[in-house]
Amino acid sequence: MIDYLFSVFSYPFMLRALIVGILVSLCGALLGVNLVLKRYSMIGDGLSHVAFGAMAIAAALNLAPLAASVPVVILAAFFLLGVKENSRIKGDSAIALITCSSLAVGVTVSTLSGGMNTDLMNYMFGSILSLSDTDTALSIILSVAVVFLYIIFYRGIFAVTFDESFARATGVRVDIYRMLTSLLTAIVVVLGMRMMGTLLISGLLIFPPLSAMRVTKNFKATVILSAIISVVCFVIGILVSFVMSTPVGATVVIVNLIIFIITNLISVIKK
Amino acid sequence: MKKLISCIDASFGYDSRAVVENLDFTIYQGDYVFIVGENGSGKSTLVKGILSLIKPLKGNIEFENGLKKNDIGYFPQQTEIKSDFPASVKEIVISGCVSNSKGRFFYSREDKKTAEEKMKLLDIYDIQAKSFASLSGGQKQRVLLARALCAAKSMLILDEPASNLDPVVTEEFYRIIDKINREAGITVLMVSHDVRGTVKFAQKVLHLGEEENFFGNLDAYLSSDVGKRFIGGKRI
Repeated sequence: MIDYLFSVFSYPFMLRALIVGILVSLCGALLGVNLVLKRYSMIGDGLSHVAFGAMAIAAALNLAPLAASVPVVILAAFFLLGVKENSRIKGDSAIALITCSSLAVGVTVSTLSGGMNTDLMNYMFGSILSLSDTDTALSIILSVAVVFLYIIFYRGIFAVTFDESFARATGVRVDIYRMLTSLLTAIVVVLGMRMMGTLLISGLLIFPPLSAMRVTKNFKATVILSAIISVVCFVIGILVSFVMSTPVGATVVIVNLIIFIITNLISVIKK
Repeated sequence: MKKLISCIDASFGYDSRAVVENLDFTIYQGDYVFIVGENGSGKSTLVKGILSLIKPLKGNIEFENGLKKNDIGYFPQQTEIKSDFPASVKEIVISGCVSNSKGRFFYSREDKKTAEEKMKLLDIYDIQAKSFASLSGGQKQRVLLARALCAAKSMLILDEPASNLDPVVTEEFYRIIDKINREAGITVLMVSHDVRGTVKFAQKVLHLGEEENFFGNLDAYLSSDVGKRFIGGKRI
C-alpha cells in the first residue's frame, strides 16, 4: 500500500499537481481566514465563476485561458470586495448577480463556439491533468508571491480585518489593504480552480479557517493552523483520489469536511 | 498651552447633507472635552470629521503644532467588532502600534514594550493570552482602551466607550481615563450618552444642539441655558 502511494510521485502530472496544490492550499487558507472573518465567504465562489466565464471566452477566441482570466478575475475581485463601501447593490446580491451572469455567459459562449469541450468541463470540476509546465511555473511564482506579501503585510492585515475603522483612524491605508486582499484572492481563485474546479474552490478558502477557528484562541494560531489543515487535507485528498479514482476537488472538500466535523467535536468536548 | 486642533465654522455630514453645522472650537494639549448632545445630533459624525475619515462640507478643521493622524488613539463604538473573531488580548493591544513603525514588517521591541505597559496599566496583563471573545464586557472595554492608548501619543478620542457597561464598571472606566488625562497628559475627547454620571470628569464641554452649539468650560456649561436644559432634563 505504501509503495503504491509512493508510486504516485513517479507520475510527473501527479508531482506537478501535488506541488501546485500544496502551494495553492496554503495561500487559500491564509486568505480564507480574512474572507471568513470579513463575512466574504462567498467571494471565492463568485470569482471562480467569473474565471469560468472568462476562460470560456478565452477558449473561443483561442487565447491562453489562465493568462486571459487572471486580469478579468482581478477586476471582478476589486469590484466585489469594494462593493460594500458605497453601492446600492449589497455585497451578497452583487456576488449572486456576478456568479450567475458569468456562468450563463460562459456556458453560452462555449456552446456557440463548438460545444462544451473537455477544457471547460475540467474548469467546472477540476482536473489534475489540466496543469501544463507553464501553468505549474506560473502557479509556483504566484503562490510564493502571495505567501510573501501576506507575511510582509501581516500586521496591517490583522488590524484591518479586526477593526477597519480603528485602523483607518490611526492612519492605516485601508483601501490599499483591501486592494491587496482582492488581488491575492483573485490570483488564488484562478490558480485553485484548475485543481478544485469552479464549483468547489470555496472549499479551499473557507473550510480550513472555519475548522481552525473552532480550536484556536488567537489570530496567529488560526492562520497557521488553517494553513496546516489546508495542506494536510489537500495531500490526503489527492492521494485518496488517486487510489479510489475520485475527482480531486470533491475528495479534498470531503476530507476538509471530516476535519471540520472533528474540530467541531473537539471544541464541544473542550467546553 | 499648545493648540492641537482648531475647527473654524465647519459643518460635517454625508452626501452634502449637513448633520452638524457651524462648529467653532479649539482643542489644547491636555484638554478633557466631553462631546454631548441628543441622539442624532451628529456626535459620531463629528468624531469622524476630527479623525479626518470624512471631510468637512464647509469650513475648516486643522491639526496644529505637528499633531499627526497616527498620534491619535481612537476608541470606536464596540458594535463594529465581531464577537467570534479569534484574537488574543495581546494581539489586539499591539495592533494599536500598527502605524507607529511604518516601513517595518514586524512590531519593534519598542512597540512590544508599549503594549506591555498599557496592558499593565489597565490590569489586563495577566489575561493577555485569552481570546477576546471569552472576556467580559468590562475586560473587552479595557482591551480596546489599551489598544487606543498604544496609538495615542498625544490624543485619545472615545466614541461612547461605556454604552454597554454596568454603572460600577463604567465609573471605574472613567476613572482610568481621567488618570490617563492627568498623569500622562493625554488630551481626551469623549462622546458620551451618560452625561450625569460622567460630566464631573470633564473640563470642557462641546454640546451639539439642534438650534445652537455650545463650547466652553464645564462650569459655564452647567450654568448655561443649553446645559441646564440638557443636564436638568435628565433627572440629576
